[in-house]
Amino acid sequence: MSRPTRPALRATANTLGVLAFLLSVFPVYWMVNSSFLARNEIRSPTPTWVPFGGDLDNYRTVFATDQFLDALQVSLMVTGLTIVVALLFAFVAAVAVSRFRFRGRLTFIVTLLVIQMIPVEGLFISQYKMLKAMDLLNTVVGLTLVYVAGVLPFTIWTLRGFVAGVPYELEEAAMMDGCSRVQAFFRVTLPLLAPGLVATGVFGFIQAWNEFTLALVVMTREDQRTLPLWLSTFTDVNRGTDWGGIMAGSTLIAIPVIVFFLVVQGRMVSGLTSGAVKG
Amino acid sequence: MTDMLSHTARDTSRGPVPGTAPRPRRGTPLPYALLVPAVLALAVALGYPLVRQVVLSMQDFGLAQQFGRPPEFVGAENYRQLVADGYLWRVTLRSIAFCLVNAVLTMAIGVGLALLMRHMSRGVRLLVQTGLLLAWAMPVVASLTVWQWLFDTQYGVVNYVLTGLGLDYEGHGWLLRPLSFFFVATVIVVWMSVPFVAFTVYAALTQLPEELVEAAEIDGAGATSRFRHVVLPTIRPVLLVVGLLQVIWDLRVFTQIYILQEAGGSARDTNLLGTYIYRLGIGGGEFGMSAAVAIFMLALTVVLTAPYVRAMLRQEGET
Repeated sequence: MSRPTRPALRATANTLGVLAFLLSVFPVYWMVNSSFLARNEIRSPTPTWVPFGGDLDNYRTVFATDQFLDALQVSLMVTGLTIVVALLFAFVAAVAVSRFRFRGRLTFIVTLLVIQMIPVEGLFISQYKMLKAMDLLNTVVGLTLVYVAGVLPFTIWTLRGFVAGVPYELEEAAMMDGCSRVQAFFRVTLPLLAPGLVATGVFGFIQAWNEFTLALVVMTREDQRTLPLWLSTFTDVNRGTDWGGIMAGSTLIAIPVIVFFLVVQGRMVSGLTSGAVKG
Repeated sequence: MTDMLSHTARDTSRGPVPGTAPRPRRGTPLPYALLVPAVLALAVALGYPLVRQVVLSMQDFGLAQQFGRPPEFVGAENYRQLVADGYLWRVTLRSIAFCLVNAVLTMAIGVGLALLMRHMSRGVRLLVQTGLLLAWAMPVVASLTVWQWLFDTQYGVVNYVLTGLGLDYEGHGWLLRPLSFFFVATVIVVWMSVPFVAFTVYAALTQLPEELVEAAEIDGAGATSRFRHVVLPTIRPVLLVVGLLQVIWDLRVFTQIYILQEAGGSARDTNLLGTYIYRLGIGGGEFGMSAAVAIFMLALTVVLTAPYVRAMLRQEGET
């Protein structure tokens, strides 16, 4: 352990720590709590703090509607397609950037960094017009196209680090033992890259699964909505808001993300700040 | 967790050292072929729209063009109109103000928590990290619905608690007035952004050489001067990058504002750059004008991004 902390300082730090914990956890807790409550408990002047006697009615309501299942289907297709295509494209690009030295390499890397900072809000107008001209509005392919471009820079950037982490000598040794370069790559390098591929794949999943802005722009038809769009239309001023149903829907959407997020969280930080954290 | 953090950070920055690791033949076309799919995807989905947008921003492209009239080239006319329009400036100033308030609050709370975490008991620290991780992992739209529910006019917990404290908040509509609207938006944005700052800065603090702090203490440096002369210099690069990212992210905030507007805020009084572009173009059909605003927003981002890219490239130059 490091230096002893003065008791007064420790007590203050602990108090503020517990406060920070409560503030960060409460909304998540409230989402889950409300999702189990009946309508009369939700619409009551005094909140119900713990879901004793709660049931799964809200979840049943969510699954009973076609809208949720439709949105789930669209979300799964777009997310799956985005991950597969982005990983494939990013992987070969990462190999090029970290295994070869060539003219334009640095330019490519700089371009990636710059692209990563482009706000979609500054580009979605013309992306909308382009997809419209290509007849790809309201299609899984159209949304996937803009999603792939959105996650590629970060994915290449991160995979590059993983590919560089596998020593080239290993491949060379395999080649001396009689493997061709392609064989050496698939038998030696690829298995070592599996963790990196999983991490970046999960990153792509979280991005595509949560994305709202581009989905709003591209998927204008109700039957092509993704899950975040479906959830956002739940809260409509004109209808009486069914908070129990919304919270059940939110919980359903959040669970896979939270689970996956815990898996890759460390890598997401490092990808964004590796320039500052000197090795 | 912090281990994972610094490991990957180092992996990325190192790369094979030239000279020791023999590279495959120079001058082969193979690397270019490997880049083709990625470059193509980026060119189609981002490059082409960017070029198209520049053209669009110089065209008269409104509702009439939607119905087939060919767009007319008008040069800088859209920009001239926008610059003369007081509303764009209001939206821009509002965006910058919102961005700065959120970035400063996020940084202050995040860095404060990171510093405090070093002095907490193990159990409390673990509790804080768990809470932050949960908040960080929440999907944007899901957290927006929960916060709306918390701030609900009739049955929201916030009104209930404030009324219980003796304040007059029964049936208070949080989204009706612009200032109160932005207060709610700020709470949500800061809540979602603090975890990233806290974790990153805490990770940087763990790299702080303990001997240095001790030596400073023995030399009689007080807490403030220890912080200024020992702690701050160590974490300054991280603070710079994290702060810059916050500014960039908070300038482009869209989802939170859009959804809160749909839930009852007045769009005209609460538009930021992102929602303004959306409502002008996709909502209102004024594609030429909204493209001009979008270009303006991109330019603003480029100015802010330059230092970040430079910081990230410093390591690239070392390879």
